[in-house]
Amino acid sequence: MKIDRLVISSLGALAVSAGSAAAIDLTVVSWGGAYSQSQINAYHNPFMELNSDVNIIHDESAAEAVAKLRAMNEAGNITWDLVDVVASDAIRLCDEGLAMEIDFDTMIAPAPDGTSARDDFGELIVTDCFIPQIVYSTTFGYRTDVAEWGGREPSTVCDVFDLENFPGMRSLEKRPINNVEWALHCDGVPLGEIYDALGAEGGLERALAKLDTIRDHVIWWSAGADTPQLLADGEVVMGSTYNGRLFSLIEEKGAPVKMLWDAQAFDLDGWIIPEGLPADRLEATLALLRFATDTQRLADQSKYISYGPARKSSAPLVGMHIELGIDMAPHMPTDPANAENTLIYDYRWWSDYRDDIDAKFQAWLAK
Amino acid sequence: MVTDTANRLRSQAEDSVNLRRKLNRSLRMQKVRALLLIAPLLIFILISFLFPIADMLFRSVENKIVSQVLPRTVASLQSWDPANSDLPNEATFRSIYADLAIAVEQRRNTRVGTRLNYESPGIASLFRKVKRGMTKIDVSSFINFFNDLDSNFRDSEWLAREFSEPELAKLLPFSASALEYWRVENPEGGQPDSYLYVSLAVELISASKAELGELERPIADFLVKAQEQLPRLDHVNLRDAFLEIDRKWGEPTVWRTIKMYSSTLTTGYLLNSIDMKKGLDGPEFRDDSERLYIKIFIRTLVMSLTITLCSLLLGYPVAYFLAHQPLRRANLYLILVLLPFWTSLLVRTSAWKVLLQQEGVINDFMVVLRIIDDSGRLIMINNQFGTIVAMTHILLPFMILPLFSVMKTIPESYVRAAKSLGASSWTAFRRIYFPQTMAGIGAGSVLVFILAIGYYITPELVGGTKGTFISNRIAYHISSSLNWGLAAALASLLFGAVLVLYWVYDRIVGIDNVKLG
Amino acid sequence: MLSWADPMERFPPYATSWDKCWHYLFRIICAVVFTFLIFPILVILPLSFNAGDYFTFSPEMLRLDPAGYSVRHYEDFFFNPDWQVALYNSFRIAPVATLLAVSFGTLAAIGLSQSHVPFRRVIMAIMISPMIVPLIISAAGMYFFYSRVGLQGTYLGVVLAHAALGIPFVIITVTATLSGFDRSLTRASANLGAGPVRTFFKVQMPLILPGVVSGALFAFITSFDEVVVVLFVGSAGLKTLPWEMFNGLREQISPTILAVATILVSISILLLMTVELLRRRSERLRGVSPA
Repeated sequence: MKIDRLVISSLGALAVSAGSAAAIDLTVVSWGGAYSQSQINAYHNPFMELNSDVNIIHDESAAEAVAKLRAMNEAGNITWDLVDVVASDAIRLCDEGLAMEIDFDTMIAPAPDGTSARDDFGELIVTDCFIPQIVYSTTFGYRTDVAEWGGREPSTVCDVFDLENFPGMRSLEKRPINNVEWALHCDGVPLGEIYDALGAEGGLERALAKLDTIRDHVIWWSAGADTPQLLADGEVVMGSTYNGRLFSLIEEKGAPVKMLWDAQAFDLDGWIIPEGLPADRLEATLALLRFATDTQRLADQSKYISYGPARKSSAPLVGMHIELGIDMAPHMPTDPANAENTLIYDYRWWSDYRDDIDAKFQAWLAK
Repeated sequence: MVTDTANRLRSQAEDSVNLRRKLNRSLRMQKVRALLLIAPLLIFILISFLFPIADMLFRSVENKIVSQVLPRTVASLQSWDPANSDLPNEATFRSIYADLAIAVEQRRNTRVGTRLNYESPGIASLFRKVKRGMTKIDVSSFINFFNDLDSNFRDSEWLAREFSEPELAKLLPFSASALEYWRVENPEGGQPDSYLYVSLAVELISASKAELGELERPIADFLVKAQEQLPRLDHVNLRDAFLEIDRKWGEPTVWRTIKMYSSTLTTGYLLNSIDMKKGLDGPEFRDDSERLYIKIFIRTLVMSLTITLCSLLLGYPVAYFLAHQPLRRANLYLILVLLPFWTSLLVRTSAWKVLLQQEGVINDFMVVLRIIDDSGRLIMINNQFGTIVAMTHILLPFMILPLFSVMKTIPESYVRAAKSLGASSWTAFRRIYFPQTMAGIGAGSVLVFILAIGYYITPELVGGTKGTFISNRIAYHISSSLNWGLAAALASLLFGAVLVLYWVYDRIVGIDNVKLG
Repeated sequence: MLSWADPMERFPPYATSWDKCWHYLFRIICAVVFTFLIFPILVILPLSFNAGDYFTFSPEMLRLDPAGYSVRHYEDFFFNPDWQVALYNSFRIAPVATLLAVSFGTLAAIGLSQSHVPFRRVIMAIMISPMIVPLIISAAGMYFFYSRVGLQGTYLGVVLAHAALGIPFVIITVTATLSGFDRSLTRASANLGAGPVRTFFKVQMPLILPGVVSGALFAFITSFDEVVVVLFVGSAGLKTLPWEMFNGLREQISPTILAVATILVSISILLLMTVELLRRRSERLRGVSPA
């Protein structure tokens, strides 16, 4: 395996050094915070050590990626080289011709045992432009020291809607995605039929009616850091956020908070390459991409943050947290014990109905 | 002698004309010099500021994408009556096949889908699915039909030569553009793709036979013959093929949407921004559950008014106090007003966040002083209250300063005179002093109101869901939902409101009388 | 903090008790409003020395226990590369934007103050408009347009955008100084044989300088404090202090923000003092004597 790693990385190095003698700047766009840091540690720094002529510039505008890429495309001036986006954004970018289509057989490294990259990522390849990197979940964290609960602890996602047994403020994301699914689920729709129910006549109204039952007890968040902060400050007793944020709140900061692994929304994050890069930058970007998405690198990232690597072959390599020394595998959304009852987020459905549902959701919020 | 006088008179007259001319010239020079001094800045502002805004606002009516990507379909739908519940005819389905075949290659099919999805949710997937679906549609009959007529139809070079005849390109414009597109994409030549033949078949239906015959080109005879034999293609049913890709192609709503939003300029976004949509018989209101923007506009106005009122109530006494202090001391107190004015907006917003949070300073103190219970902490942020408090604080100096500068000029003697004539302090204030401050009230209020309705940062940070303004929706549509047309439409309305207020402000204060500190 | 008792004011003999009562009530109201204005700015100063990661006073701080205080948030600001990049960018953008705004603005203000300017009102309205148009509209317009011409995400783009935003302030302050300017001075200078350029630099410039400088300070603070346009026209490589603060307030809320805020407040106080001094100097020069 070591030799394999060496070969791949030196191949990457060769590819770049052959392509351009002069130093080249690559702008890599990501989300900032601990997540960017984990990428810098696991991918960018090792890559730059091997390729001294490549300088990686970090940009943290991933949240506005689609808008900025569209504007860049209109202008015909692409300044980004590799962009970290969630799967739904990748689909939009691919649809609009703003992201390059990827050939998984030639551009992405196969698994160490020779399995092709396409098979290794499997069903996580949701669009031709998107190389999955991590699997994450949006799930609930709750405080363990709420006096009013009398020792009870939430065990299902529907306890979020149970004000009687679990009084207190909750925090939910200020958008319909995930919230309406959970609302419908707790209104009696099985997880597998959520999107049929939501698409049916009156489906959204049913979800909103369920949300109405708790709306006076909800703080709406818009940034991933809000819920951890609110939980830490005790401003809310439970709230939804990304599992990695909760991990760092619980394990790194030691807050009296626990994580709820029930009906968590399973989602993907990964890379796209903008369409229309000049040849020299494209070459360097592809080398970085090949390096950063190989089996070992994906596993390395989980040393720094509790998101599951998207490759099947990376799972056995997931090790200990670099500072805390805890075994990371049980904290991964992909761990079988955690993934018993997950909500599979339907990208296609949302890309069709997102604007419409969002308008209705905002109208509901404004009421 | 006489001539001498006459000469002198004439020269006097000339002198006066000369003088006038000189004066005029110097005046003109002065104007030119003034304009030359102004010009660089004016041009700078026009190019770097006003033109970009105009350009952005134009997006609220711009709608080229549909007619650009679906030109054949749009033309074919012209004869279709949207009020009719029937589907468009086969020719329309053939047109959209040709359009989409090109669009898929250009990766523009989903862009149209996205555009139309704003108006009719669910359409996006129709346009996405065609990428895979269209490869399954069998259009070999079209290819064979033309190739059977003449083998030259297989040769793109020959076709290009024929279509270089302007008359032909004018008769069959869509086929000409399809051929041109194919040749750009395939410079090595060969047999064109199916969309060219489908496009030809559609266009030949309505082309004038006489004009086709008049063309002095070898292709003319073939085209006339093709037109006669077109019924041989009647068995092809692309409509069913489309319905097989997705049943929704069989819904008249889809076609109605395409037709209604096919013009290059649209009122769609603007209607959307006031909770309306295009209906079959003109604009109509959206369903109650979708109405949002009027509410937000009203909220923006009401909250801005509240903020203006609060600033006035808080600012008036302070301005009065400042105006009645000796100048040196007034300047000292004025620093208390100017310091917030000079302090970063974000500093002040974060300060309010710190103060108003549930675990924040004010709540903490109230708990310590036992005014409230630890469990009964007040929610003062992420709602309208938070926005109003923070923005009143931020805009208060804009109220105090104009009030102060007006009050400074009001002579004390009037009020004293009123009092000495027997008016009570209250009456003297109400009847004499207050009316004289109206100019300051107007100036301050309009300024605060203008600044308030366009605010973005503070409502975004402390507004939660109910304390946000229209600006926040505009930002949302620019960077998240990517409905730039709607963002531009909302911005146009806001811009219009600000222009009106700006005009009012100019009336009350005069733009050249704006003062800072 | 301030003495509200005013020995200079005596109640006139005819003042009713209600009048006296109102007199004090009024002062209390004013004190409350002044507190409202200043307190939020002052409260962040002690909090920025908080030893913990909180946005509120810890029990140790209230007990004035030194353990409750530390300068770690300042250390974070000075050693965290993110904040340092932001600081560097702010100081790289604001002065250049200010220079542009001041040079264009002063010229135009002089032009506007001539006696016969056609379309004066309209021109003035256009030049003040960057202050009036909601920032989100300006930002969106510039975002799309600058993307198209390749200026989006560039240093030049942000500088141009900020210069446009700073111009109204320069125009307003300089025209205000010019309106008090005695025209006979330039005529005298011309009479004595000085050309227009010499007149400008020797006579006009020194007199309007205070206005120009305070306009420049306004333009500087506008750019230094601006966040909406940077968010749209800038890129992460050009993030400024306000950008970092805005992200900080939305994302990982850390008390470092309060340390930054404190530093910014100090800068504001410095700028405010400068403007005050300039204003006084200008008034003295123009013969308006402070009482």
